[in-house]
Amino acid sequence: MATFGVIVFPGSNCDHDAYHAMKHVLGCETKFLWHKDTDLSGIDFLIVPGGFSYGDYLRSGAIARFSPIMQEVVKFAEKGGPVMGICNGFQILLEAGLIPGAMMHNHKLRFVCKNVYIRCETTESLFTSSLQKGQVFDIPVSHGEGNYFIDQDGLKSLQDNDQVLFRYSDANGELTESANFNGSIDHIAGITNTGRNVLGMMPHPERAMEKILGSEDGKPIFESILNSLSVA
Amino acid sequence: MYKAKVNVTLRPSILDPKGKAAHHALENLGLNQVEKVRIGKFIELDVNADNEEAAKAVVEQACTKLLANEVMEDFTIEIES
Repeated sequence: MATFGVIVFPGSNCDHDAYHAMKHVLGCETKFLWHKDTDLSGIDFLIVPGGFSYGDYLRSGAIARFSPIMQEVVKFAEKGGPVMGICNGFQILLEAGLIPGAMMHNHKLRFVCKNVYIRCETTESLFTSSLQKGQVFDIPVSHGEGNYFIDQDGLKSLQDNDQVLFRYSDANGELTESANFNGSIDHIAGITNTGRNVLGMMPHPERAMEKILGSEDGKPIFESILNSLSVA
Repeated sequence: MYKAKVNVTLRPSILDPKGKAAHHALENLGLNQVEKVRIGKFIELDVNADNEEAAKAVVEQACTKLLANEVMEDFTIEIES
């Protein structure tokens, strides 16, 4: 069975959520990796968790990307290793150049912490292979800088290469303007790289794993990952 | 020792919600002459280099590698000895 690694930066605060989700809810072997570690041996899947690494100084994720472990994460990803960045983790992967684009402040300038709906846009990835295209998930978000931006050429290449995995929608899967609460270009909530082994997403599926805590819609996403890893 | 002054601003094509909010507040203050506000970052660096050119090269690297994100930001550099 796959072993998951959860990276811990100074200021990470969803590392334990991710650990709990993988270890206790899904029963997977899971390890914390300190940002000064450089040894990823034995790790099959990396999670770059949410939080406020380095206090979000300069730009979210800008400092964390130079942590010793990030050089190894880049190598791991370039060799095809699967990496999932959630929220601040997404911002770090963008700054590290593993996925294209950048994050701006939410267009209404407010930190938004609530449950939103996201729609699965493609099943052509190891992260979404067991989901259904058009399937809607009730997942919490919690960020101030989640307004995804990429220039028009970049956006076109994301669309042409089917790299958008999740978009913000309403409960019915419609891409309404109000569903796109942070102003992200083309409603983008989660994208993958051209190699399709790196996912960045702003919503927190690891916080939606148990019904008693509000939603368990995050579970199918991680189960999809587990399915893909077991057949790989 | 050289002093570098770096200005990092959002690219003109990019919406600046902070600038917009500040602009609204200025309008509320009655300063209607202000037509546009863009907010960026000002960064000062003390640089140990042999000459101005070398100092500028170092600061340029600092900007492209860390201080600015060129996906959405532009920067300008001023060097003072």
